[in-house]
Amino acid sequence: MAARRISSLFSRSLPRIGQKSYLGRGIYQYSTAAALEDPIKPPVNVEYNKLLINGQFVDAASGKTFPTLDPRTGEIITHVAEGEAEDINRAVAAARKAFDEGPWPKMTAYERTKIILRFADLVEKHNDEIAALETWDNGKLYEQSAEIEVPMFVRLFRYYAGWADKIHGLTIPADGPQHVQTLHEPIGVAGQIIPWNFPLLMFAWKVGPALASGNTVVLKTAEQTPLSALHVAKLFHEAGLPPGVLNIVSGFGPTAGAALCSHMDVDKLAFTGSTETGKVILELSAKSNLKPVTLELGGKSPFIVCEDADVDQAVELAHYALFFNQGQCCCAGSRTFVHEKVYDEFLEKAKARALKRTVGDPFRPGMEQGPQIDAEQFEKILKYIRSGTDSGATLETGGDRVGAKGYYIQPTVFSDVKDDMLIAKDEIFGPVQTVLKFKDLDEVIRRANASRYGLAAGVFTHNLDTANTLMRALRVGTVWINCFDTFDATIPFGGYKMSGQGREKGEYSLKNYLQVKAVVTQLKNPAWL
Amino acid sequence: MTVLSNDNPEAYVKIPKIKFTKLFINGEFVDSVSGKTFETVDPRTEEVIARIAEGDKEDIDLAVKAARDAFDHGPWPRMPGCERRRLMLKFADLINENVEELAALDTVDGGKLYSLGKIRDIPSSAEIIRYYAGAADKIHGATLKMSRDLQAYTLHEPVGVVGHIIPWNFPSQMFVMKVGPALAAGCTMVVKPAEQTPLSALYYAHLAKLAGIPDGVLNVITGYGSTAGAAISSHMDIDKVSFTGSTEVGRLVMQAAAASNLKPVSLELGGKSPFIIFDDVDVDKVADLALQGSFYNKGEICVAGSRVFVQEGIYDKFLIKLAEKVKSWVVGDPFNPEVHQGPQVDKQQYDKILSYIEHGKKGGATLLSGGKPGGEKGYYIEPTIFTDVTDDMIIAKEEIFGPVMSVMKFKTVEEVIKRANATKYGLAAGIMTNDLNTANTVSRSIRAGVIWINCYFAFDRDLPYGGYKMSGFERDFGLEALNKYLQVKSVATPIHNSPWL
Repeated sequence: MAARRISSLFSRSLPRIGQKSYLGRGIYQYSTAAALEDPIKPPVNVEYNKLLINGQFVDAASGKTFPTLDPRTGEIITHVAEGEAEDINRAVAAARKAFDEGPWPKMTAYERTKIILRFADLVEKHNDEIAALETWDNGKLYEQSAEIEVPMFVRLFRYYAGWADKIHGLTIPADGPQHVQTLHEPIGVAGQIIPWNFPLLMFAWKVGPALASGNTVVLKTAEQTPLSALHVAKLFHEAGLPPGVLNIVSGFGPTAGAALCSHMDVDKLAFTGSTETGKVILELSAKSNLKPVTLELGGKSPFIVCEDADVDQAVELAHYALFFNQGQCCCAGSRTFVHEKVYDEFLEKAKARALKRTVGDPFRPGMEQGPQIDAEQFEKILKYIRSGTDSGATLETGGDRVGAKGYYIQPTVFSDVKDDMLIAKDEIFGPVQTVLKFKDLDEVIRRANASRYGLAAGVFTHNLDTANTLMRALRVGTVWINCFDTFDATIPFGGYKMSGQGREKGEYSLKNYLQVKAVVTQLKNPAWL
Repeated sequence: MTVLSNDNPEAYVKIPKIKFTKLFINGEFVDSVSGKTFETVDPRTEEVIARIAEGDKEDIDLAVKAARDAFDHGPWPRMPGCERRRLMLKFADLINENVEELAALDTVDGGKLYSLGKIRDIPSSAEIIRYYAGAADKIHGATLKMSRDLQAYTLHEPVGVVGHIIPWNFPSQMFVMKVGPALAAGCTMVVKPAEQTPLSALYYAHLAKLAGIPDGVLNVITGYGSTAGAAISSHMDIDKVSFTGSTEVGRLVMQAAAASNLKPVSLELGGKSPFIIFDDVDVDKVADLALQGSFYNKGEICVAGSRVFVQEGIYDKFLIKLAEKVKSWVVGDPFNPEVHQGPQVDKQQYDKILSYIEHGKKGGATLLSGGKPGGEKGYYIEPTIFTDVTDDMIIAKEEIFGPVMSVMKFKTVEEVIKRANATKYGLAAGIMTNDLNTANTVSRSIRAGVIWINCYFAFDRDLPYGGYKMSGFERDFGLEALNKYLQVKSVATPIHNSPWL
C-alpha cells in the first residue's frame, strides 16, 4: 500500500494515504545502523566530468579539478574540471558565436521545438540512470529523483517546447496614422547560475525557457552537484542541439560565477540561490554592463494552520512542507503558525510524525530523508538548532546528527518559538520545523509578513473567506491553499521582497529571455485606426 | 501545359490496401446501423476504390452518445493538459510514421499530388497536432480587476461535444486543423469527413486510438451532408459545430443549429480572393506565384487567388510571362512526381468547372490558355486562364473551385481596393508590391481574414485563418482556434479586508 505512494505530481494536496507511519521508531533506529554504515552502490557510472564548451567536453584552462562528494559518506565521487574566468570567457565566446551567427536563433521555432522534444524523449529513456546520478551527488531520495524529479524535468522541457512556436508580440493601436507592432526577440547570451538542492529541476527552469525562446546559454552549476547537468547536456546534443548553444561550466561562485556575472558579453543573468549571493550578483551586473537579472532567493515561508483545520491532515501537510528534500527548499514552510485552538494537539502529532520519519541511505527504498548536502550545510543547521535551544525554544524532538558518517540530521521540531528568535527569522535550509502559536487572522497576517522574505506561503483552511483574505494579504510570490510544493511547469514561481525578482516557469518565464522591440511605421491613407 | 496520358494509374505508386472502411464509434470500427454503404471513387479512373459504411442519423446518435459519455464521465477533460499533450505528441509521431500510406490515401481518394502529400500535407498534419499538443497546458483564463470588494477570475472550460464537418480538398490538414485544438481544449468530438474523401479520416481515427486517446473522444462518421451532416448540425446533444465547406452549406448548418439547440457555429466558407499585382514587381517571380495561387491543388482551395488584378503598366508583360509559364504546367496522374495537377475530385465538380469555363468563353473573356478537359478518362481539366475579365462576369464573381484564373487590369491603388472588396466573400488576399506604403494601405483596406504580401498560401499553424463577410466567421489555426472549443466561465466571490483592489 505504501510502496508507490509518491505521487506522480510534485505536490501534495492532502496527506498521503498509507503513509508509512506503521514503520515506527524501530525502523528509524534500523536505518541509522544499517543504511548509514554500508552505503548502497549507486547503479550508475560517472561518464562526464569536464566542462562542456561549444559542444565539446574540455578540461579547464588551468587544468584544475575539484572533488564532488557523496553526502552519504563525505567521500569523493569523482573529480570535476574546475572552471574559472578563462573558461567562462571561452564558454561565453562560444555562446556569443552561436547566438550571433546561428543556427539556433535563426532556425524556425518549430525546429527548436523538435530538438527540445527529442531531448525530453531521451531523458525519459534514461530516467533511472539520471535519477541515480542526481541522488548520488545530492543525497536526495532515489524514489524522489526517479519518480518525481526526472519525470518533471521531462514535462518542463516538453512544456517549453510547446512555447517555442507560440511566442507572440502584439499589434498595437496608435494615436495617429501609424502601424505599431512588437517583436519579441531573444535577448542573447544568458548566464545562468543554479543551486544544488534541485540540480535537474533548476536546470530545466533556467535552460528550458532560455532555449525555447532562441537564446544561447552559459550555465554554471553548483560545485556540490555538477554531475547531472553534464549528463543531460550530453543528451541534449545527441538530440540535435547545435554546439555553443548550451555551455556548462562547473566551478565555484567567487571564480566562475563572478566571471559570468561581470562578463560584458553576457546579456542576461538568472540566479537561484541565497539572498546574500543574489546581492553580489546584482552588484556585479550593475558594475559591468547592467545586464538584467532574475533572482530567485531565500525564504522563510509561513505555513498557516487555521482553527477549522483537520489536525491530522494539517500535521501531515506541514510536515511535508518543511521536511521535503531534507528541508533544503527555498520555499520550505519553515514557520509553522498554528491557531491556539488546535496548537496543543497539532504539536503533539507533529512531534510524533517527525519521530516516525525514516532517515537513511537515499538509495534504500522507503526512506523519507537522506543526508544534507555537505559538511558546511550540516554544521550550519546544527548551529541553528543550538541557537534554538539557547534562545529558549522547546526542542520537542531531534536536534542531533544521525549516525557517525555522512551528513544526516534528525528531523527536528521546536515549539514555543518566538518571532524574534533566529530560528524564526533566518533561513535554516534543513530539517528543522519551528512551530508558532497565533490567535487571530489579523495577527497571523502581520506576523507572517514580518519577514524580509516573501517567497511562498501555505494556508490550511476550508473556510472560503479565510482563504481569500490570506491569499491577498500575504506578501509572497506563491500561496498554496490546502496543498504545498505544487510545482507544475505552468505555475509561475518567484519572490516578493528579498526573496528575489522576476518569475520562473509558466508563460511569465519567457519574459526573462525576450527583448521587446516596438516597430512603428507611418501609414498612408489607412482604412481604419 | 502538358497533359500526360493517364492510362496506367498504377504505374507510379501502388495503391495501398484500404484497411478502414467502417464508422469509428467509441474506439471501434463498426458498420452503419442501416448496413448501407457508399462508393468512394478514384478520380483518376472514375473507378470504385472501396465501399464505405454510410452513416446516417442513427449512427450520429451513437457517436454523440459515445462522445457525450466520454466528455461527461471519461478521463479526457479530467486529465491534466500535460497528459493530453503526451497522448497528442504520440498521435503526431504515429502520423509521421505513416506518411506514405496516408499520402497515398489522399491521392487515390482526392486526386491530390502524392509528392506534395508526402512532404507537405501529411508531415504538416503531424506538426499541427504537435502544435496543439503544446497548447494543451497553455489555456489561460484571467484573474480580473473588479470595481468593488470581489475576487474574480475566468475559467476557460472545454465546450463539450463538438461536431466537425470537413471538406474533401485537404482531407488530412482539415481533419487535424479541427481535431487538434478541440482535443487540446479537452473536448470530445464527432467528425464527418466529406463523402468524396473518407479514407484518411478513418486512418487518423485508428492512429488516435493507437496513441492512447481514450475511446469515445474521437468518433468518425462517414456519410453524406444531407443525412449525417444534417444530423450533426441539428443534434440536441452537440455543444458546438465547426464546419468548413461551401457558403451554401454553411448557411444550412447555421440554420439547423438555430432551429435545434442554438449551438455555437464556426464557419470557414468560400472565397473569391484577389491576387493584386502592382507595377513595381518582378514579373517573372510573380507570374509563378500567381499560377500557384490559382492552380495549386487543382484550384480546389477556398483561398485560391482566383481574381488576378494586374496594374496596367505591366499587364501585357505579365500575360506574356503567364502564357509562357503555363506551358510547363503538367497535368496528369497525381502519383507521377513530374505532375503539377491531378484530377478534380469528382464528376460533379468536374462538370461544374467546365460549365464555368463555358460561361467565361461566352461572357466575352479572352481565353489565354486551357479551356477544356485533360484527357479521355478521369476528371482532368486543363489549367485555364481568362484575360480581359470584367468584374461583372460570372467567372469573376463566383467561386469556381477549379483550375481557372481570371485576369483583370487596374490603374490605381484606390480603384483596386474598391474592386477587390466588391465581393460577398472575404477570405484572403495577395498583395504583390515592394512599396511599403502600398502594402500597408492595401492590407488594412482589404476586408479579408488573411493577407499575404509577396507570398501566397503562407499557411502556418500559428497563423489564424478564416473569413470576413460570407466567407464565414471565427478562426482556425493559431491559439485563436482554441477559443472555438472553450467556454468562458466567470467566477466572482466577495472578499474582506483586502490590502489592495
